[in-house]
Amino acid sequence: MAKTNRRDFLSLSGNHELPQDTNPYKDPSNKYLPRHLQKTSTGIGLYQGTWGNDQILHLLRRTLFGVKKSDLDFFKNKTLSESIDILLTLPTNPPLPPLNHYSYNLALPDPNVPIGSTWINAPQSPTLNGPRIQSLKYWWAGLLLNQDRSIREKMTLFWHHHFATECFTVQESRFSYKHHALLRSMCLGNFKELVKQITMDPAMLIYLNGDKNTKTAPDENYARELQELFTVGKDLPNHYTEEDVKQVAKILTGWRINRTTISSLFDLTKHDTSNKTFSAFYNNTVITGRTNTNAGIDELNDLLTMIFAQQEVAKYICRKLYRYFVYYVIDESVETNVIAPLATVFINNNYEIKPVIETLLKSEHFFDILNFACMIKPPLDHLVGLARQTNISFPSESNVQQSYGHWQTIQQYAIVLSQDLGDPPNVAGWPAYYEDPQFYELWINSDSLPKRNSVCDLLVYYGFTRNGYKLIIDCIAFANQFTSPENPNLLLDQILLVLYPMPISATTKTFMKNSFLLSGQASDYYWTDAWNAYIADTNNVANKAAVNTRLQALLKYVLGQAEYQLC
Amino acid sequence: MKRKEFIGKTVTAGILPVLMNGFSLQAIADSPLIGYLSKAGNEDRVLVLIQLNGGNDGLNTVIPLDQYSNLMAARSNIALAESKVLPLAGTQKTGLHPAMPHMRNLYDAGAVSIIQSVGYPNQDFSHFRSTDIWLTASDSNKYEDTGWMGRYLDTQYPNYPTGYPSATFPDPPAIQIGALISPALQGLEMSFGMSITDPTNFYNFVNGTVDSAPNTPMGHELTFIRLVAQQTQQYSGTIKAAADKANNLSSLYPTKGVNTLADQLKIVARLVAGGLKTKVYMVSLGGFDTHSSQVANTGGTETGVHAVLLGKISEAVNAFQDDLKLLKVNDRVLGMTFSEFGRRIMSNDSLGTDHGAAAPMFVFGTKVNGGIYGNNPVIPSNPSSGDNVAMQYDFRSIYATILKDWFGLSNQDMAGVLYSTFPSLPFINSNATGLVQTEIAGANILTNYPNPAKEQTTIQFTTFGGMVQISLLDLNGKLISALAQGEYGRGKHEISVDTNFLKNGVYLYQLSTEQGTVVNKLIIER
Repeated sequence: MAKTNRRDFLSLSGNHELPQDTNPYKDPSNKYLPRHLQKTSTGIGLYQGTWGNDQILHLLRRTLFGVKKSDLDFFKNKTLSESIDILLTLPTNPPLPPLNHYSYNLALPDPNVPIGSTWINAPQSPTLNGPRIQSLKYWWAGLLLNQDRSIREKMTLFWHHHFATECFTVQESRFSYKHHALLRSMCLGNFKELVKQITMDPAMLIYLNGDKNTKTAPDENYARELQELFTVGKDLPNHYTEEDVKQVAKILTGWRINRTTISSLFDLTKHDTSNKTFSAFYNNTVITGRTNTNAGIDELNDLLTMIFAQQEVAKYICRKLYRYFVYYVIDESVETNVIAPLATVFINNNYEIKPVIETLLKSEHFFDILNFACMIKPPLDHLVGLARQTNISFPSESNVQQSYGHWQTIQQYAIVLSQDLGDPPNVAGWPAYYEDPQFYELWINSDSLPKRNSVCDLLVYYGFTRNGYKLIIDCIAFANQFTSPENPNLLLDQILLVLYPMPISATTKTFMKNSFLLSGQASDYYWTDAWNAYIADTNNVANKAAVNTRLQALLKYVLGQAEYQLC
Repeated sequence: MKRKEFIGKTVTAGILPVLMNGFSLQAIADSPLIGYLSKAGNEDRVLVLIQLNGGNDGLNTVIPLDQYSNLMAARSNIALAESKVLPLAGTQKTGLHPAMPHMRNLYDAGAVSIIQSVGYPNQDFSHFRSTDIWLTASDSNKYEDTGWMGRYLDTQYPNYPTGYPSATFPDPPAIQIGALISPALQGLEMSFGMSITDPTNFYNFVNGTVDSAPNTPMGHELTFIRLVAQQTQQYSGTIKAAADKANNLSSLYPTKGVNTLADQLKIVARLVAGGLKTKVYMVSLGGFDTHSSQVANTGGTETGVHAVLLGKISEAVNAFQDDLKLLKVNDRVLGMTFSEFGRRIMSNDSLGTDHGAAAPMFVFGTKVNGGIYGNNPVIPSNPSSGDNVAMQYDFRSIYATILKDWFGLSNQDMAGVLYSTFPSLPFINSNATGLVQTEIAGANILTNYPNPAKEQTTIQFTTFGGMVQISLLDLNGKLISALAQGEYGRGKHEISVDTNFLKNGVYLYQLSTEQGTVVNKLIIER
C-alpha cells in the first residue's frame, strides 16, 4: 500500500507515456492510473454550485450505504450545510450491544447469558467464542442495514479498514467487540487519541503480538504496522528505518492483556527501560526509557508526539480518506489542491477527524461532476445498499433468532463477495483501497461480478428463506412508493434515480421500458392499464402477477448492468 | 431467459451463504506465437504458482542440519528436534520439516527441486511491499505496474484483451483460483487473470442497449466492468467444457474444505486434463505470518500452526502430482512455491519469528531435475535479533529459468519480461542431449581437459563477469551435482573436478551466466 503514492509522485514527472486512445475497449483497465481522463483542478473551497437531486444523492451515496427514496425526500429541502450537519451529528448513545442469538441452537447453551441478552461482559468459553464472533458480525451487519442518517457506519467501517484486525485471529469475541466499540465511539473524534487507544487495545495487542512483546525478545509486528499502515505510511521516498521499527518495538514492550477483566495492562518487568534512539527521519529523537509503572503510557505519549510531529501523518490519513470517499487517483492536482490543504486542516485542528470530513464533503472538489459515480461499490455497499434502496423488509428486532438470521444472510453474502466484516484479509485492510493500479477494480472479476448479479436475481425473484422468514424485494411496493407508477416513463425515471448514480440515455430508457414494462409492445398504455387493473383489485392474482413479473424483469436487468456497480 | 435456466442458476445463488470456502478461478488465454512455441515444444506447458502468504519460515521448512547447534541456539523454543527432521536421499546436510513426508518422498523420487536462500538485494520487510516485489519482479527500489507473469503473457497474447478470445485462442490465458486477482497477472493493458469459484457453474449476463462510456473516471470504471462481464461470458464456456471433460482421478485428495490448497490444486488438475490451453494458474495458502505460536505450546516443536501449514502443502502437492500422473498430463505441469520473505533467524519469546529475508523455494513436477540447489544457509554462532538468512539466488533467476527452460522464451524475451538478464539454474530437465552448445557469441566458451577423463578433469570457461553456475548433468539433463557457483570476474577461469565418483559414460556439464547457458560433454573412460 505504501507504494501507491510514492509511485504517483515518481510518475508525476511524466515518465509514463499515457494512453492516447480513449476507445473504451482498447483501454479497458488500469495500465496506468486513468490520469488521461478529464480531470479536475478543483480544491477544498466551499461548494457553491447547483444543489439538486444529483448533488444530494452523490453526498448520500458516499456517506451512507445505499440511499432510499425516503432519504432523498428527507434531504430534498435541506441546504448543503444543513445536510452535512445532519450527517456529521452522531447519535449520543452507542447502539445496544450484540446478543446471544446462538443458544437457539440447543448444542450451544450459554450458562451465563440467556437468549436475547448480551454476552459482551460474560465469562468466555471456547465453544461459545465462535458463535459470539458470529453474533458480533451479524449484529454489525444489522447496524449497517438499520443505519440512521449519519455518517457513523461509513466512518466506523473506514477505521476498521484502517486499523484492521481479524476476529478469527484475535479469537476473543469480547475483545473484538471492545475494539469495535472503540472505533465506533471515536469515529469522528481525535485521531491521535485513537491511535493511542488502539495501541493499548486488547484485540490489537493480540492481533499484532503486542501482548508478546517483551524486553528479552522485542516483537516488531505492531511497531512496524503502527508506522507503515497506521500513521506515517511509506508514501515518502525517505521514511522511517528498520532501526526505527526496532526502537518502537522496545518502547511498546510490556503491554499485556487480562482476559478476566477484558482489558489491557502494563507490566514493567517486561518493559525495556533503556533509552530509544531514532533515525534522522525522526530528527534523531531520543525517547527516555522509564522505570516506573507509568513507563508504558509515558513512553507511548513521547512516541506519538514524535510520530505526529511528522506532517506526513496528516497527509497519509487524508489520502486514505480521499480514496475511501472520493476516488483512487491522487494526481498532482489532487495532492496539491485537496490532500495538502486537508492535511493542514487536520493539523490545525490538532488531528480532530470531524473538521477534515466536513471540509472534504463540503468542498467543490467533492461535488466536481468528474467525481460522481466513479466508485465501484464495495461488496457491503452493494448488498446493504441493495437492501436499503429496494426497502427489503427485515424481521423485527424483537425476534432475535430471525433478525440475527437475516443479518447473517447479508453478512455472509458479503464474505462471498470478498468483504468479510470483522475479518479483513490482513492488517492492511481491503486491497481495493490501496493496491495500485487496480484499486476499486479489484472488487470486480469473473467470479465476483456473476455473484453480485446472482444475489440480486435471488432477492428479486425467489427471496432467501431462513427460520420461516423470507427476505425478498417487494417489487410492487418498491414501484408504488413513486409518483404516478402507472406512467412507465415517470416510473422508470424514478427507479433509475434511486438505483443508478448517473443519467441514462433516452435510447436505453426506451429499450428498458419497451423490453420489460411493455413486454415488447409499443404503447405506454399497456403498462398503465396493467398497473391500474392491479390497483383496482390488489387481490386479483393474475393482475398482480402481470405487473410483478414485469417489474421483476426490469429490476433484474437494471441491477445486472455495469451502471449498478458504481456509486 | 427460460424459467428452467433461471432456476438452474439461482440454485447456486441460493446456497451462496454457506459457500464460505468457495474458490474463485481467475482465467488468462493461449498463444499467438504458436509457431515459435511449437518449435520449442513448449506450447502446452503449464505453470502453477503457489503463493504462501505471510512469509514462510524457511529455516523450519528446509533444515540445515550441518548448522544444527547454531540453529538450536538461535531458536531453541521453536527449532525442530534433530531426530524428528526428515532426511533427504543423498544428503546428510539438509532435511525437511517432519510435517512434510509426502514432499520428502517426492524429493527422493526426483520430482522436487529445493532452491536454497532465494531472495533479492536490499530486502524490504513490509509484507505488502515485498509481495509486490515478488509479484512484479521489480528491483527492491523500483515500482512496476505490471506483474511478471502478465509481462510474459503479453509476449504470448499481443494486444490482449483486444481480439480475445478467438477461434485460435479460445481459452483464458491465466486462471487464478481465489477471489482476488494477483498483481502477478497484471499485463500491459489489463490483468490476464480470470477468477472462478466453480468451474462447472457460470452466470449468464444479459445485455441490451448499452450507453457509451464517457471519457471520465466514471466512464473508465463502467468500461472495465462491462469488459469483465463480456470476458466472463466468453471464457466461462470453455472453462466449463474443460471441467466437464475430465474428472479428478487421485484418491489422495483430502475431503473438500479440510485443505484449501489441495482443493484449489484439484481444480487446476481437472482443467489441465480437460484440455484448457491456459498457461498459468495461481493458487495460494495463507497464514504464514507466524510472529507468535508458530509451534504449539505443548506437543513438541514439530506441531502447531506452521506444521499444519507445511503439512497442507505436502499433502496437496502429493495429491496433485498423483492426479496429474493418473490423468497423464504430469509432464506438462511445473509447480513452484514462493513467499514474500523468510523469517528471522532468532525466534521471539512468543514461539514465533519476525519478518526475515531469503528462504527456500520448492519447484516440483516430473520434469524437474530434482535436487538441492545452493548451500545451506549459514547460521551465526552468536546471532543477534536482526540477523537474517543471506540471499544466495535472486528470485528472478528462478523466474528466468522458468521463462527460458519451461516456457521456451529467448534470452532477449526473458530479459524483456524481467527487465534484465539473470543466470538460470538447471532445475528444469530440458533433455539437454541435443543442446550441446559450447559458445555464446564469444561471451562464454566452455571446454575441459582431459576429455575423456579418468580421476580428474579441469573445466575451463570464460565469462564477461558476474554470477556463474556450473552443473553436472546426466544425459537426460538431470542434475548430478553443482560444480561451482558464485561471482567470477571477466576472463578465463578453471575449476578442477574430481571425477572418481562417476561411472564410465557420457555426461553433460552446463555453464549458466547472465549471458546465457552453454553445455558441453564430459566423457569418463577408465
